[in-house]
Parts: sequence; C-alpha cells; structure tokens
Amino acid sequence: MIPLSWYMALAAVLFSIGTYGFLVRRNIIVMFLSMELMLNAVNLNLVAMSHYLDSLVGHNFVFFIITVAAAEAAIGLGLVIVLFRNKKTIYVDHINELKG
Amino acid sequence: MVNQLLFLYCAVVIIGTGLVAVRAKNPVYSVLSVMVLFFHMAGLYLLLNAEFLAAIQIIVYAGAILVLYLFVLFLVSLRQEVKIERFIASHGVSTVVSVCLGACLLAIIPSFKLGAKGQYPVERIEQLTHTKAMGLELYSNFILPFEIAGLILLIAVIGGLVLARNEKEVNE
Repeated sequence: MIPLSWYMALAAVLFSIGTYGFLVRRNIIVMFLSMELMLNAVNLNLVAMSHYLDSLVGHNFVFFIITVAAAEAAIGLGLVIVLFRNKKTIYVDHINELKG
Repeated sequence: MVNQLLFLYCAVVIIGTGLVAVRAKNPVYSVLSVMVLFFHMAGLYLLLNAEFLAAIQIIVYAGAILVLYLFVLFLVSLRQEVKIERFIASHGVSTVVSVCLGACLLAIIPSFKLGAKGQYPVERIEQLTHTKAMGLELYSNFILPFEIAGLILLIAVIGGLVLARNEKEVNE
C-alpha cells in the first residue's frame, strides 16, 4: 500500500516545476505547457485523495478539469497564433506596448 | 512492494521529464517530454484504480491537446528559437520563488488529515466498474456542472474559430 503522502509530495514537486517553467521561460507556448503541468499536479492530488477517501467526487472534478484544460488550450493557442500574426514574436518580454 | 516500485518509477520519470520540459532549449523537445510525462501520469491513475481517467488522460491530453501544441509550435517560426536566450532576465528571482513554493507545499503535507470516508470503497467501484460508477455519480450529483462543461467546450470551439481566422484573406 502506497501512503497518500507520497502522491501529495509528487504533486507538490510537479506543481512547483510547473510554476518554475511558467515564471522562467520567455516562450509563451512553453508557458502554456507549464500550466498544463500544474493542472496535472492538481489532478493527481484529487485522484489520490478521493481514492484514499473512498469517494468519487475527486474523479469527477478531474473530468471537468480535463475539459476546461482542453478548452483553455484551444483558446490560448488561438491567441498565440493571433499574437504571432500581428507581432511576429512569441516572446513575452517583446510584448510591451503597455509599458507595464 | 511491486506497487511501490511502480510508483517510484513513475515519480522519477515524471519529475525528470517535467524538468526537461521546462528547461529544454527546443520547444519540440518540451512538448514530447510532456507527452512521456502524461503517459506516466496515466500509469499512476491506474495504480489508484481510476482506469477511466487513465484512458481519458491518454486520449484527451496526450492525443488531442499535445498534438494541438505541436501544430501551433510548427505554425510559429522556430528558426531563431534554438539560438537565442530561453529564460527571462529575472529568472534567478523566479527560481527562488518556485523553490520556496515547493518547500512550503512539501512542509505542510505531514499536517494533512483525511476527512470522513465516502460511499464508494474500492470493492464497490470494482463491482460496478469504474466507468459506470463515475457515470452514476456524474449524472446524479454533477449534472449542472456537466452542462456547463458542454457550454465551455462550445465557447472554446467558437473562440478558436474566430481567433484563428485570417481577417485579411477573408476580406480580399
């Protein structure tokens, strides 16, 4: 029997790897990919917890999270294409019209 | 014992391919290593008796979403990508922030306590099969979120079409 804390530790490490990728990379596509890593870490936590709690609520949550991730990927990558068409770059530090 | 070895194997591969994905110079390598990561995540779901979610993980994530990423990666230009700097200027601060976040998350794990047990123990799920059990739960308790998920997918379809359409070519 695998203890629940192993799954939670793996999910925590994967989540911080995703955060690292999101904060560090310049390429907006890799930033989106890091976001998928974070969503997967949360999914792993939900499935592991609902397995140890004898419940199916977490499994259904994972189902909805995967749906939202698919929608987010479709719209986000559409935005990346528009960005590349208008600005000819996909690097987040080149997109500085607002001088923020 | 076998289960624990399998878990450790999956965990090592997931962490390794995750690090490759966020640090690789070529974004195509990032996408492909995330694909390996998703397959091992499906292995972990199988260890947790969630075979429907393992199938969904491979079909939707590795099959659909990552192929979309690969296509968009090939649509934008890749030539200068491998030559220029791949990290932002302040990446030192970001590294510290994410390492601190990971340390905090790991530090609070021992104080976690499980709540009350639900009504689906492993034997009942095995008897019903996981897909049927999930469907029963989904269509009895989660019917409104299910409808909203359908609406979100519709919005994604329309939004993707509107965003990716080339206005100039349409007008000409």
